[in-house]
Amino acid sequence: MATVVMTSLDSKSRAFSRGLSDIKIRNLFIVPTILFLIIFNIFPLIYSLGYSFTDFRASTNAPANFVGLRNYRELLNDPFIWSNFAITAKYVIVSVAGQVIVGFGTAMLLNRDIPFKGLLTTLLLLPMMLSMAVVGLFWKLLYDPSFGIINHALGFGRFEWLSNPDMALYAVAITDIWMWSPFVMLLSLAGLSAVPKHLYEAAAIDRAGPFYTFFRITLPLVAPILMIAIIFRTMEAFKTFDLAYILTSQPTTEVISIRLYKMAFQEWQTGRSCALAYIVLIMVLAITNIYVKYLNKVKER
Amino acid sequence: MAAVRTRSERALNRVAIAAVLVITLIFLAPIYWITSTAFKPRNLATTIPPTIVFQPEVSPFVKLFAKRSQLRERPTPEHYAAAPWWERLVFDGGEKVVRSGRGEVQLSGYPSRFMNSLIVAITSTVLAVGMGTFTAYGFSRFKVKGEADLLFFILSTRMLPPVVVAIPMFLMYRAVGLNDTHWGLIILYTAFNLSFSVWLMKGFIDEIPKEYEEAALVDGYTRMQAFFKIVIPEAATGIAATAVFCFITAWNEYAFALIMTNRRAQTAPPFIPSQVGSGLPDWTVIAAGTFLFLLPVAIFTFLLRNHLLRGMSFGAIRK
Repeated sequence: MATVVMTSLDSKSRAFSRGLSDIKIRNLFIVPTILFLIIFNIFPLIYSLGYSFTDFRASTNAPANFVGLRNYRELLNDPFIWSNFAITAKYVIVSVAGQVIVGFGTAMLLNRDIPFKGLLTTLLLLPMMLSMAVVGLFWKLLYDPSFGIINHALGFGRFEWLSNPDMALYAVAITDIWMWSPFVMLLSLAGLSAVPKHLYEAAAIDRAGPFYTFFRITLPLVAPILMIAIIFRTMEAFKTFDLAYILTSQPTTEVISIRLYKMAFQEWQTGRSCALAYIVLIMVLAITNIYVKYLNKVKER
Repeated sequence: MAAVRTRSERALNRVAIAAVLVITLIFLAPIYWITSTAFKPRNLATTIPPTIVFQPEVSPFVKLFAKRSQLRERPTPEHYAAAPWWERLVFDGGEKVVRSGRGEVQLSGYPSRFMNSLIVAITSTVLAVGMGTFTAYGFSRFKVKGEADLLFFILSTRMLPPVVVAIPMFLMYRAVGLNDTHWGLIILYTAFNLSFSVWLMKGFIDEIPKEYEEAALVDGYTRMQAFFKIVIPEAATGIAATAVFCFITAWNEYAFALIMTNRRAQTAPPFIPSQVGSGLPDWTVIAAGTFLFLLPVAIFTFLLRNHLLRGMSFGAIRK
């Protein structure tokens, strides 16, 4: 043991005299990345914080006037913005719940003795590797009321999925569930395979029923990893833009990202949209915080 | 457990197998449908009931690549009979690709958008994985003050909604002339993928025993030589997996591409949907464009299936 330590110290001191020192190499390897991320992630945020207190419009050359907290005050008092948040919340709940049910259910099935398990799992991964914009586009074809394959397969006749305001948000959520249930399935599968087999054997000896086994053994042990999948998907669903934007242009599917995009790049209310971006950012940070807290809790186990 | 198999247990298993097969078929159906539409003649793409059996055609791909204004000529039956087989392939719904004055078919917007996607995705992947590997090594092998905080900072850059970052980036890019350029998108995607690359590569490098490099240092290698000759080859599969993940993310990105590009540097994700238009779209052509666009990702998914679990849950389930 002592010799190993000696060699390692010795080699380090010799490396120090040859070529670059370890400290220089460390800085050379780490500092550019940190600087790059600060320039392209943190600096823009500071830049837009400045604009969020102005009435700047990027479409005109008029100079920006300082308006203080007016943008924030108006946004927080705007019922339309709150309805965008409500739509986003509804969307997040429906699509994440759907993904957990479908994804966890599939994982439970796959956790048995299934032939070609690896191949089936790989095939199920395909949807989440695709572009959300392109997925949105081809689901438009599938949802088409007159010749879409979905209505034909389900025998719904000329059911309107995307042009019906009450249905459109669910249609977007269904597509999202199709795309991301495999993600929940993957994490659940990892959790399920980590449950010690002897617990099930003990339960079988005690003649425990399937419900008891599921709620007392499987679920509690898979819960942490399932929770991570839920938090992860919640964060992603909160950011949704592509899918809803491509699939339909209903007011009932205008999630907060779409509102933000329209405000910034169609109405060109740059200052106001910077303020809204900050409100969204604070919400994301709040969700992220919950995520990190939970992550640490899981790590402690 | 496996030894004590009751009859009901086996029956249950059979039900599970059937259910898994049905679920897999349902999940693959949309992808099958878009693929089959890409090979249909136009008049069969929107029939009721939907056409399942048909003679596959390449005409949607020809129309995808040829400029729309050149798809006008109506062939007569004699014309059709006299045409060579490759021209017959593209006869469809009375349309045929007409050669332009210079004797060549002019290309539509699709090939250049596809090329833009390739340029941007490949370059940003090389940059993100390159920088990410160096940084991951730095974190893995040396003492760094506030390591956990720095790593969290790196991860946090990926949590921001793209639209939030896009507004100031748009203004900055406009000021320095990076709007609608390849480099503009490359820089954005590199920044976006870098966090992911650092976290994933750190996991791979942590698993390479430190003793390998220490042995090399004893043999008279410098730290840099040890890094390039020992660590990089050992981490090769990890680098490949990370590269594919970064490529897929950059390849599929939509929001930044929509906001930051309009013609010169536009990638395929904003371009393909913009071709739908308001009238009756030619779904076969859109399906052909979609199919070609999905192909690289589908191939990578199969090649890299064993690394997917680890990549998709990066950081989330790491100890």
